[in-house]
Order: sequence, then structure tokens, then C-alpha cells
Amino acid sequence: MDFLRPADWEEALAAKAAHPTAVPIAGGTDVMVEINFDHRRPEYLLDLNRVGELYEWQTDGPDVRLGAAVPYTRVMEHLRAELPGLALAAHTVGSPQIRNRGSVGGNLGAASPAGDSHPALLAAGADVEVQSVRGTRLIPVEEFYTGVKRNALAPDELIRAVRIRRATGPQQFSKVGTRNAMVIAVCAFGVALHPHGRTIRTGIGSAAPTPVRARVAEEFLAAALEEGGLWESGGAVPPSVAAHFAELAAGACNPIDDVRGSAAYRRRAVAVMARRTLGWVWDEYRHSQGRGARCA
Amino acid sequence: MTFTVNGREQEADDVWEGESLLYVLRERLGLPGSKNACEQGECGSCTVRLDGVPVCACLVAAGQAEGREVVTVEGLAGRSGTAELSVVQQAFVDAGAVQCGFCTPGLLVAADDLLERVPQPSDADIREALSGNLCRCTGYEKILDAVRLAAARTGEGG
Ligand SMILES: Cc1cc2nc3c(=O)[nH]c(=O)nc-3n(C[C@H](O)[C@H](O)[C@H](O)COP(=O)(O)OP(=O)(O)OC[C@H]3O[C@@H](n4cnc5c(N)ncnc54)[C@H](O)[C@@H]3O)c2cc1C
Ligand code: FES
Ligand code: FES
Repeated sequence: MDFLRPADWEEALAAKAAHPTAVPIAGGTDVMVEINFDHRRPEYLLDLNRVGELYEWQTDGPDVRLGAAVPYTRVMEHLRAELPGLALAAHTVGSPQIRNRGSVGGNLGAASPAGDSHPALLAAGADVEVQSVRGTRLIPVEEFYTGVKRNALAPDELIRAVRIRRATGPQQFSKVGTRNAMVIAVCAFGVALHPHGRTIRTGIGSAAPTPVRARVAEEFLAAALEEGGLWESGGAVPPSVAAHFAELAAGACNPIDDVRGSAAYRRRAVAVMARRTLGWVWDEYRHSQGRGARCA
Repeated sequence: MTFTVNGREQEADDVWEGESLLYVLRERLGLPGSKNACEQGECGSCTVRLDGVPVCACLVAAGQAEGREVVTVEGLAGRSGTAELSVVQQAFVDAGAVQCGFCTPGLLVAADDLLERVPQPSDADIREALSGNLCRCTGYEKILDAVRLAAARTGEGG
């Protein structure tokens, strides 16, 4: 095995072009587990730790441009205001040690349906910025996941950054697991209100071969809020609307039975999380409008 | 490979750069303090500081540590130039927070980092900081006591 240690981004792209089979390693929290257990003996490891650009983020502009290798700990500490959903999701990843190394770029590279970044990215709206010596592509995150642990990267491409819409409304993330620390999600749900466009976006993890949005649920809720004039009035979401939203969210799942949970359990859990997180974000929206509980 | 371990520059030979930093520390440098239990980031018994940040040494590729600074549990004692145990180590002994001791090195490194960042941590801070370290013996209460004790003593010391 060869260990490639590019000193900057240009060198990293050149190395990936010269060795398309090279396995990138950032935080190593997925890659090293595979190597330690001999599931993988790559011919080349491409270390990204020295590529300073990948550890930076920019918050000017409507998108936050988050360097691919920025550890979760940084997202929690510095980007809670701009990316509340992702910061909440980051906080549920592994343990402090894992969050100090693991990154959103690595989560996307691994493309596990259980990755916790995915529901938050889907709900916020994001593009994955991928580059090769041939140039740059911006891939909408919903098109980035192509199958179980498969993504849209070409062999010579690397993830440079993720461009995530800066939050303009409340966001939430919820995850069902077996205990508090260090759980792989049985399933997870992210929701974001986008008051300017009067839209709602969602993301579901671990409930289909790839992370997915619950588009029918999003459209139903947007129409119901519009029809009820609820964006202006800040009125409560009627229970029947919340219940139908939850049902439609569960309908977006295409889950499997596995050791962590049955398909039926996952559908139920997604419905519960959808209703609960909708309640949280809508309450927060109403309070931000100066209404909320007191005029209910 | 060359890197700094506990303040001293170290050279390790015949390193396969895809092996873990934990393997280099234990097998190539003879520093068995960091424990090897799961090799998949779940138990925290291999916790070391890499450029100051607590990480699982089993999940860092040797090649990634080249030129970096690593502090292991062996580096905690005697930092003041004497052979004394660090405040956290002494507190673990005094509070009876060590049973089989397998988890202890990782907990010490994590707790030491916590007290450096947050000298007077709340119980929630302590639980959070140690949530990546598993202990099969103590039920954690004595461990929490030890960290509280270390924090109190650090406070007294000014
Ligand atoms: C104990 C433990 C607990 C965990 N808990 C969780 C959890 O709760 N939630 C969760 O989502 N995940 C969890 N994980 C998985 C892992 O931590 C995450 O997937 C993390 O985001 C991976 O990031 P990394 O930087 O460590 O990736 P790496 O391991 O370095 O890489 C992961 C994959 O991405 C590729 N890659 C990395 N960077 C790039 C890039 N810039 N361009 C192209 N490809 C790239 C790699 O080649 C590899 O295929 C856990 C892992 C462990 C060991
Ligand atoms: S041996 Fe590294 S976390 Fe268990
Ligand atoms: S004292 Fe035995 S594992 Fe903690």
C-alpha cells in the first residue's frame, strides 16, 4: 500500500487523477474501521488531513460553504446559528472522540443510509461541491446518494465542500437509537421551515436504501399552511394536518427489516418523529413571530 | 515515521502507514498505556490527544500522525517536572474510580482534556466529555466523583 500525502488541494486532485483507486481518508472514522478489520486493503490511501482548505468554512453569502473535512465538533461550536439542523445532527454522532475527527464530507463519502448528516442536509437544502482535475460539479444532495453506500462521485473526483442553504427558519433533527451515546440510527428525521419561500423540507435516514425527502408530505403541509393562512397568523397546525403529514412521511419510507429494527417499527418511528419535530419547529416559528402559546 | 510523543520526538521503523496510531504506540514504541479493546472507536480505551484534541488512536492512520504531536496517558504524570501523578490521576486513585483499570487510561486522557477546557465542569459536562469511554466495572459513579474531585482540587490550586 502507498500512502499519498498531498500538501494542498491541487496536489490532492492530481493524486486522485493519477490513482483513481486511491481511498481518501479524512477523519478515518469509517475508513480505519474497515482497515482494522481487514475489510479493506486499499492499494493507495489518500490522506486529506494536510489539505487546509478542507478544514475551512465560509458563511458570507446565502449558502454556508462547509469544507469537506471540517469535524462535527466545529459544526456544533461555530455553525449552530447558520446550520441548526446539521449542528443538532452532528451532536448525535458517535462520541466526542468521533466528533473530533469525523466530518460531513466523510459521511457523504461513505453514503450510508444511516449517516446522520443526510436528513439535515436534505431538509436544509444543499449541493455537494465535487472537483477533479477536469473541473467542478455542484450536485444537489438528493441526487448525490445513488444506492446503499453508493454516491455520485466519479473515480477521479473528491468532495471539496458542501454548500448548505443558511437557515431562514427553525430546523429540527430527531434520531431513534438504542441508547444515548454512540448509536447508529435505527432511523432519523430532519425538518426545516423555509418561511421566505413558504416551503417545508424534510429528510429521512435509515428508512430506505438511500436517505430521502418526504416530498409528498412536504407538499401537503405547504398547501395546508397556505390554505389556513398559518404563515401570517402564526396559528397552530391543526392536529389532523400534523397527523396526515406524519402518515405521508412514513409513506416515503421504503425500509428493510434488519438487526436494528423491523420495517414496520421504522415506519411508525418516522411518523412519530415527523409529528414531533413539526410541532417543535412550528412552535419556534410562532414564537419568533411574537405569537405562540399565548394566542392559541 | 517521526512524530512527537509526550513531548519527545520519536521515530518508529517499519511502519505500515495504514496501521493505526494505536498499533504504533503499543507495538512499535512500547507504550502500552493506551489500551486496545475494540479497534472500532466504540470503547475509548485508546483515547490520546492528537495535536491537543482527544481522538481514538485506533482510528488514526499512522501516516496521518506523521509530524504531529501525540499525548498518551504516559504523558500525564510528571508534567511539572516531578514524577508526581497528575491531578486527575491522583483523583482517580483517591476516589476509587479504578477497578480492572482497562478503561482508565482513556478516561484519564478525556478527563484531563475536559478540565483543561472547562476547569469547573457541571455534571452534564462531565457525562458528555466521558460519553465515548466505556467502563464495564465501576458503573461510572466513582468516575464522576473522581472528576469532580480533580476539578475541586484544581480550583483550590488556583
Ligand atoms: C464509534 C463510531 C460511531 C459512529 N457513530 C456515527 C453516528 O452516530 N452517525 C453517523 O452518521 N456516523 C457515525 N459513525 C460513522 C462515521 O463517524 C461518519 O460517517 C463520519 O462522518 C465519517 O467521517 P470521516 O471524516 O471520519 O470519514 P473517513 O472515514 O475518513 O471517510 C469516509 C468515506 O468517505 C470518503 N471520503 C472522505 N473524505 C472525502 C472527500 N473529501 N472526498 C471524497 N471522498 C471522501 C472515504 O474514502 C470513505 O469512503 C460512527 C463511527 C464510529 C467509529
Ligand atoms: S480500541 Fe479504540 S475505541 Fe476501542
Ligand atoms: S475499571 Fe474495568 S472497565 Fe473500567
